[in-house]
Amino acid sequence: MTHQVSSPTRFTTGLSVRDGRDPALNQAPKAVKIDVEHLSFFYGVKRALEDISLQIQANLVTAFIGPSGCGKSTFLRTLNRMNDIIPGARIEGHVRIDGLDAYASGVDVVKLRRKVGMVFQKSNPFPKTIFENVAYGLRINGLAASKSELAGRVEESLKQAALWGEVKDRLHESALAMSGGQQQRLCIARALAIRPDIILMDEPASALDPIATQRIEELVYDLKQAYTIVIVTHNMQQAARISDHTAFFWLGRLVEYDRTDKIFTNPSEKLTEDYVTGRFG
Amino acid sequence: MNRDRLRRLISSAFVGACALAVLLALVPLAMVLFFVVRQGIGSLNLAFFTSMPRPVGEAGGGMANAIVGTLMLTGIASLMAVPVGVMSGIYMSEYAGTWLAIALRFAADTLNGVPSIVIGVFAYGIAVLPFKQFSALAGGFALGIMMIPIIARTTEELLLLVPNALREGALALGATRARAVFTVIVPAALPGIITGIVLALARIAGETAPLLFTSFNNRFFSRALTQPISSLTVQIYTYAISPYDDWHRQAWAGALVLVGFVLTCSLLARIATARIRRLRG
Ligand SMILES: Nc1ncnc2c1ncn2[C@@H]1O[C@H](COP(=O)(O)OP(=O)(O)OP(=O)(O)O)[C@@H](O)[C@H]1O
Ligand SMILES: [Mg+2]
Repeated sequence: MTHQVSSPTRFTTGLSVRDGRDPALNQAPKAVKIDVEHLSFFYGVKRALEDISLQIQANLVTAFIGPSGCGKSTFLRTLNRMNDIIPGARIEGHVRIDGLDAYASGVDVVKLRRKVGMVFQKSNPFPKTIFENVAYGLRINGLAASKSELAGRVEESLKQAALWGEVKDRLHESALAMSGGQQQRLCIARALAIRPDIILMDEPASALDPIATQRIEELVYDLKQAYTIVIVTHNMQQAARISDHTAFFWLGRLVEYDRTDKIFTNPSEKLTEDYVTGRFG
Repeated sequence: MNRDRLRRLISSAFVGACALAVLLALVPLAMVLFFVVRQGIGSLNLAFFTSMPRPVGEAGGGMANAIVGTLMLTGIASLMAVPVGVMSGIYMSEYAGTWLAIALRFAADTLNGVPSIVIGVFAYGIAVLPFKQFSALAGGFALGIMMIPIIARTTEELLLLVPNALREGALALGATRARAVFTVIVPAALPGIITGIVLALARIAGETAPLLFTSFNNRFFSRALTQPISSLTVQIYTYAISPYDDWHRQAWAGALVLVGFVLTCSLLARIATARIRRLRG
């Protein structure tokens, strides 16, 4: 089977200003927040990503879609260098965050990760209290000057993640006693607490009921005023609802990257059309 | 019908065999406890804890000096072995696969298998001969050497059980590697590590051979680190091989106290572990 992988230049033109659902899209082009150039990624000898180039714009929501195993998580994790700790992993190409090469020698990975926050595909609360989970990033980065400021930011983050009401009376109980969906929102709150610039979310709503999912979607919508959001999702409706741009991955390649309405109504690639209409994947 | 009966028969035979095995394993333990209690309880009174050994022929007396001595020796051993053991455990799990970690693990396993009398001779050569003096320090040193590999290997194994997702969670919030280890990974394994330490303590509290050449024995009450010191095990040994009935009774009482010490340690470890677990999950 042959298919045309869109060139990076095409993506940029595809993303030029036209009318759209989101008024933000009608304004002047936003600044490029993440600029990925010819990125390939290897787990040992296995190539998981192949020559990916794309630009993610500030203050928009960018969704990654594609069948299971196509490399969405891998790609997301290259953006905050989370793959660094995987033995035998190797990367080629460039990732620039605000114009600075994330993989240049001398880059402070800790600073980079503080700026590029992440919510993991599998929720991973620490075996600490609910409060301590959210306070963790604030504490280790020295972001709260006083106890009351710390408590305030913990509360604010839990509210943003639509969790406050459920946990406000049990902040000092173990986070592991929460339900799966609550744990997922706790991990979102934990990532928000340190106020990163960019938030990478790997299927943040996969274990949530429709109401919590809706809260998260509203949260994502609110957050994009201040943050740049990249979200992986298997839910086509969700991608269509919340994202401005959508990237479709297939077998480690970027097949198409364009405005979300175009991807879902009039994709340029046959493969994309087959996927979004549910013909495979 | 017949097959069903056969299946049930085999099943109950298997359950029966397992129950029997459990019983067989418990019988020696129960018998040891029973004999120690039966023989020791008669000579055990307040005076046993508060008074000093009496000369031969004089009835009564106690092991106050030996009880304090054992507490001091195990204390010195822990002060030495807990930091060294836990740190090497952390190193072995964090840098698993490096040649130093592999060498460390091999050394720990070997040291674990060295007979305690050999450890005693070694400690004699290194901590007694140069100072021409038996001492509490030398005894604690010998016991500490026995404790280190046990603690190191337990710590390592427990740390390796901590899910990698927790480490990733901490790193993604801007923790350095060391920070992640000390604020997330070690705390997650802490209940198990504490249990390991206490079990190591219980194990070395019953050692006699390494003390014979190091802390030796002391008929008097001593709290000096640089003087020979009495210990329950050496005192039990001395009394048990003596020809006097009264001393035999005292030896049984000493054994009972030692068993009580070990049981208390295990119990305390359980309580501490349960409390930490309840606090944080
Ligand atoms: N740690 C790893 N070591 C080796 N191979 C890996 C590792 N993690 C992922 N892979 C492989 O890389 C490919 C991409 O995996 P990735 O997790 O990025 O997929 P994904 O698109 O996120 O899938 P899903 O939608 O199921 O989460 C898969 O073939 C997977 O088997
Ligand atoms: Mg994934």
